[in-house]
Amino acid sequence: MPPSNDVLLTMYRKMVLMRRFEEKAGQAYGQKKIQGFCHLYTGQEAVAVGAIEALRPDDYMMTGYRDHAHPIARGAHPGMIMAELFAKNSGYSKGKGGSMHLIDVEHHWYGGYGIVGGQIPLAAGMAFASKYRNEDRVTVCSFGEAAANQGAFHETLNMAAKWKLPVIYVCENNRYGMGTEVSRVSAQPEIHKRAAAFDMRGEAFDGMDAIVSYEMFKEAGEYCRKGNGPILLEAKTYRFRGHSMSDAATYRTKEEVEEFKTKGDPIPKLRAVILKKKAATEAELDAIDEAQKHICEEAVAFADAAPETGLEELYTDMVIEDGEPDVHPRERVLGAKDVKWPSYPSGQELKVTWDLEPAAAAAKAEEKGAA
Amino acid sequence: MQNISYREALNQALGEEMERDANVFLMGEEVARYNGAYKVSQGLLDRFGSARVVDTPISELGFAGLGVGAAMVGLRPVIEMMTWNFAILAMDQIVNNAAKIRHMSGGQLRCPIVVRGASGAGGRLSSQHSQCLESGYVNIPGLKVVAPATPADAKGLLKASIRDENPVCFFEAELLYNQKGDVPEGEHLVPIGKADIKREGTDVTLITYSRMLTWTVLPAAEELAKQGISAEVVDLRTLRPLDVETILASVNKTNRVVIVEESWPHASVGTDVVDLIQREAFDALDAPIGRVSGLDVNMAYAAALEAATQPSVERVLAAVNQVLYR
Repeated sequence: MPPSNDVLLTMYRKMVLMRRFEEKAGQAYGQKKIQGFCHLYTGQEAVAVGAIEALRPDDYMMTGYRDHAHPIARGAHPGMIMAELFAKNSGYSKGKGGSMHLIDVEHHWYGGYGIVGGQIPLAAGMAFASKYRNEDRVTVCSFGEAAANQGAFHETLNMAAKWKLPVIYVCENNRYGMGTEVSRVSAQPEIHKRAAAFDMRGEAFDGMDAIVSYEMFKEAGEYCRKGNGPILLEAKTYRFRGHSMSDAATYRTKEEVEEFKTKGDPIPKLRAVILKKKAATEAELDAIDEAQKHICEEAVAFADAAPETGLEELYTDMVIEDGEPDVHPRERVLGAKDVKWPSYPSGQELKVTWDLEPAAAAAKAEEKGAA
Repeated sequence: MQNISYREALNQALGEEMERDANVFLMGEEVARYNGAYKVSQGLLDRFGSARVVDTPISELGFAGLGVGAAMVGLRPVIEMMTWNFAILAMDQIVNNAAKIRHMSGGQLRCPIVVRGASGAGGRLSSQHSQCLESGYVNIPGLKVVAPATPADAKGLLKASIRDENPVCFFEAELLYNQKGDVPEGEHLVPIGKADIKREGTDVTLITYSRMLTWTVLPAAEELAKQGISAEVVDLRTLRPLDVETILASVNKTNRVVIVEESWPHASVGTDVVDLIQREAFDALDAPIGRVSGLDVNMAYAAALEAATQPSVERVLAAVNQVLYR
């Protein structure tokens, strides 16, 4: 189903927001306001925005450590994301997580993981929980092409496919695992083809085109929600910046990067479509651009003004004492009263009806094995 | 009171907690149709169905991580590792995700998972299947580590671990599964973080945990009693957090300490307890702290070498004689 004009404009606005935010993050890194590792999403925005707009706000989502942009597009407070990058107390994790561990549970954004591929099994667990509770929720898990060479990828896809878990695995293939071009270390560099090994669906799509991305996720979401099991998507994408802020990216040519920036950039591409469809005028799009720039300037100002995290937080959020509630960041930082936190059925209310492995099927498999 | 095996005690704990809370599920290799490699999960598939007692492929990293993810959104997984030797493959998920998600999220998420399985020597299993790896987890902030020695403690601590809001690594001992003991009927909880005096004494404190309690330390205490030495036996039960109070009270009472553990001698639970005592009860000590541990070698298949590698009653008696200057 093609996206409506409203969706096109929302995707455009969010991609510009992500782009401007990452530019601000890059600048702040240069000013040493952000330190440590910092991986920018610039260039890959169409993948995240397609998933976020095509799926439900209460679907679970997560990625690896290139994770600033996704939560912002899901509705996280840009100032609180920037404050987390600035290691301030007003950040989502009080400055304890930083760039690689941005988590906003209120918007069903679950992180934020620094070990390559480490989030892949977590996503299966979240999808397992949805099926266990008989919810029609889908989980979306992003990772880079390099993560597809981890054991976690193979182990998890096998289980997810066998148990028909409602999870969309999306490999954001930006071609380089840090400095290593994917085909140098991969016997099958077309990651989506690996789905065949687990008898599951695998599809590649143009990850530099927001409309294609949206349509792909819309279809994948319906496929998973209907109980067909997991799907492996491969978004062919490209990052315009180095792997992290400390990467000069000498392993690829300037021409290659320029080619992608001039011909592949998903933002002007969508802008052209919007204009052609007359969904908005140049002036209206310029106004959107200006507004996103302003939001990001405000985010920096918010983070600049935010208090440091005091040493009284050194030992907090470690061991949970009985009855200790979860921290609701927007309420803690902004005093927000409208925070909707996920709640789950109690152990007495919950009725598990899922028969994960029907006894007859298991017995049949055993018979076949014996024969 | 019922007299049941350590295995049956664990089975009761699992069954009762799964009955009490439908969010609790058990997942691991051979736990369902095979009824458990060590039969800890006997009968649970029939009682609770295939979504709550789940046979997995041999993918320790994958299903440990699946458990962590399920715990992050409200379920209470019990992940069975056939043995802790295999959990080395899952350590990334336990250490990097389970132990850190509360902190990384600034208190937004929690991970109430139990990872449990057999540990230690099993009898002629050679080096890859005879390890005590608990100290690696004791080292990690964000985890709790439990190692019960008796059927009653196994039941009470497993129930408490399943109800705990934090990730708990639960070390069972392969050679304890058949050991019988008295276990209270019905609801029986043992708090995490509390050691237990398994035998009162006045002359020397023997600190231990897991299988060494019944196989080595209590028999040694019995022998010492015959020789007129009154040994107090402290069963740590929980290795993280340590019960500092109980340990120090006993040291202050007897002034002499021997620590007995099955694991290797370096960077172990024993070295941690030595550190605690020398810092907090230095003046109470009448002798340097004695230690008996597994030897600093890999476990051999050959019976004589295997026996010599592990702590024995004789080695405990020798260590006690040393701290008593006998």
